[in-house]
Amino acid sequence: MEKFGFSISKGRQINYDSNDRRVADFVIENEPSFRLCIACGGCAASCTAGNFTRFSLRELNILINRGENDLPRNDLKKCMLCGKCTLVCPRGVNTRNVVFLAKQAFRKFDGNAF
Amino acid sequence: MHFDPFVIPFNIGLYFILIYCIARCIIWFRDLSRADKLRLQRGFFSNAFGQSLKEIFLESLIHRKILKTNFRLGYMHMSLAFGWFLLILFGTIEADVFGAKHLNAPYKAIFFKFFNPGHGLAGLEKGYSFLMDFILAFILSGLVLAIIKRFSSRVVGLKKTTKLKLRDKIALTSLWLIFPSRLIAESFTSGAYGTGSFLTGTLGSWLASFLPAQQMAYPFWWLYSLSLGIFFILLPTTRYMHIPTELFLIFMRNSGIRTGDKAGSFSEVQSFSCSSCGICIDKCQLNSSAGLTNVQSAYLMKGIRSNDDVFNIAHNCLMCGRCEQACPVGIELMPIRMIQRRDGDGDNDIRSVWKSFLRNRQIPAPLKTPELPSYSYLPERKFKKADIIYFAGCMTHLTPGIKNSMQKIFRAAGENYYFMDEEGGACCGRPLMLAGQDREARELINFNSEIIWKSGAHKLVTSCPICYKIFHESYHLGVEVLHHSQYIKRLIEEGALRLNYSHKKVVYHNPCELGRGSGIFDEPLEVLAHVTDLQRTEYDGENSLCCGGSLANLKLDSQKRSKIATDTASELTKCKPDILATACPLCKKTFSNVTNTKVADIAEIVAGEISEIQKKKSRISVLNIKELAGIS
Repeated sequence: MEKFGFSISKGRQINYDSNDRRVADFVIENEPSFRLCIACGGCAASCTAGNFTRFSLRELNILINRGENDLPRNDLKKCMLCGKCTLVCPRGVNTRNVVFLAKQAFRKFDGNAF
Repeated sequence: MHFDPFVIPFNIGLYFILIYCIARCIIWFRDLSRADKLRLQRGFFSNAFGQSLKEIFLESLIHRKILKTNFRLGYMHMSLAFGWFLLILFGTIEADVFGAKHLNAPYKAIFFKFFNPGHGLAGLEKGYSFLMDFILAFILSGLVLAIIKRFSSRVVGLKKTTKLKLRDKIALTSLWLIFPSRLIAESFTSGAYGTGSFLTGTLGSWLASFLPAQQMAYPFWWLYSLSLGIFFILLPTTRYMHIPTELFLIFMRNSGIRTGDKAGSFSEVQSFSCSSCGICIDKCQLNSSAGLTNVQSAYLMKGIRSNDDVFNIAHNCLMCGRCEQACPVGIELMPIRMIQRRDGDGDNDIRSVWKSFLRNRQIPAPLKTPELPSYSYLPERKFKKADIIYFAGCMTHLTPGIKNSMQKIFRAAGENYYFMDEEGGACCGRPLMLAGQDREARELINFNSEIIWKSGAHKLVTSCPICYKIFHESYHLGVEVLHHSQYIKRLIEEGALRLNYSHKKVVYHNPCELGRGSGIFDEPLEVLAHVTDLQRTEYDGENSLCCGGSLANLKLDSQKRSKIATDTASELTKCKPDILATACPLCKKTFSNVTNTKVADIAEIVAGEISEIQKKKSRISVLNIKELAGIS
């Protein structure tokens, strides 16, 4: 059948039953400034790694907060911890520690439910 | 009288601590690497041995370094250490010369007065008693200071003193009891027999005037022996272990052993050599500006000693190096902290009192399992042949003024350079290394190294001290690595860069990674003095402050950072300069948010002062090259 250039996008609803917020909770507990993120995207715009590949800390922050951990788990490894995002963040989120803690959380919880 | 049961606690304690220290030293020696064992053996039969003895005398007994930085604190440490040493030395001589026979058991010397109560009535004996009383008075004066320090640390010139654990407190109490109980015991005995000199004699005769001195003396001799015994037995589990360990540390260090990058017996010896004197706490800006009082090096050492989880302490540090520079014991605090960061959040041993006597051997953390490369997305390496390669660094890209100025300087000097990360390059790897992620850092190091090699450059100039440090220490490129302040100074010396003189008042902030971190103090100051009216401050050299922006600290929040930055900026701009100059893009960025004074990098100041003649000349030379290449 002809598709006429249209397609049906996949469902985008957030399912809190299947989502796992342990990583988000761990990060928030140890770095409360994570809550201050307004998803402005300054971090992604200035990112050294983002210059080479698809890597957006803004996206990862949102996903981790939702408890959708599939993308962040591997994508966080792309971060070089250079610290530009921390300097440009208008809300004073300690983004380097967010990445560091999230990586730590994945190491900690891996092998359990993930 | 040759023996009395009250000496038993002292004897137990003394022989326990002697055997324990020897056993520990053997274990530490056994755990050294083969090369370090050879170093130590060689050090034993060379100049290092003499040097160590001299250092032990000057540092462990006299406490010269503490005396230099803080006289009252130094006097306190000296009177306790040197005084106690003299008391033991002269006590042994006393027992040997005046005792019933030569070569006595140690308790005979320590409790000499008890076994020879009639000693010291006249002549030489009287003079000797005076000497012993004098030494005891010397120790007691230090003890008074120590007790006051516990309650008001400002008396000895410290803003904060170290917080103690229960075991430390018991050991501290027993240490404090040793000398007063000796004083009272000796006084009672002297009072009963009419002996003693100006201290014990006077006090003794006064006490004997209304108390039964003969009967009262005995319990105090017991107390004296007990407090010595308890102190010796608790010694291995408390900070007082630094007394024997520091001697071993000095031998190891003078033999050429260094911390390196893995946990081992040398780092353990260093952690035990920390006396928690509190000088690092006073130097730390996290304490003075940000009000954090539990992350300083003294607490890190304490945590390592008692097998605590020090992961958060290890990461909550600006790595500015002020504590290491001030440490009177000379402990390599930065490398030890880096080791703790690399080890990660490992599981800790079960902690118990017994564990602190019999520690597990320090086994280096197992190598992390090789994972897939994290940065495989980095593109094909682009490069251009050039004489000089310029690496701006991530932070410089956030302060474009610096990289534009550097380009201006390169052009003015007519250099054939290649701006390696002009369109954004990979990070240098230092931030990852500071976070303890060496494997990931190595990937970036390999990526950058390849570009530098292929470009065929013989000089690498970088604008960021953070990058400079890692290029200098961990890249092993075979290329000369220069920070831009060094490079500019060289251009000025060679006459390749002609600059005007501006009459602006400038103070210089020395970035930690450049100054204490890499030992570059003079070049930036010389460049600034060449082009501006440089105002010297007390922070120009090794005593420089941290701006608070340091990438080394993962845990510090932005408010505390800006508090540190504000304090540092106001300290530096006391003389109301026109410009606050620095040599680090991160320092520049941090300061410009907190001060009204203009903040500029050295490169920007220099680029602004390039003379007109030079500008014209460089324009001509660029044109010539283009003509030659047939571009015109």
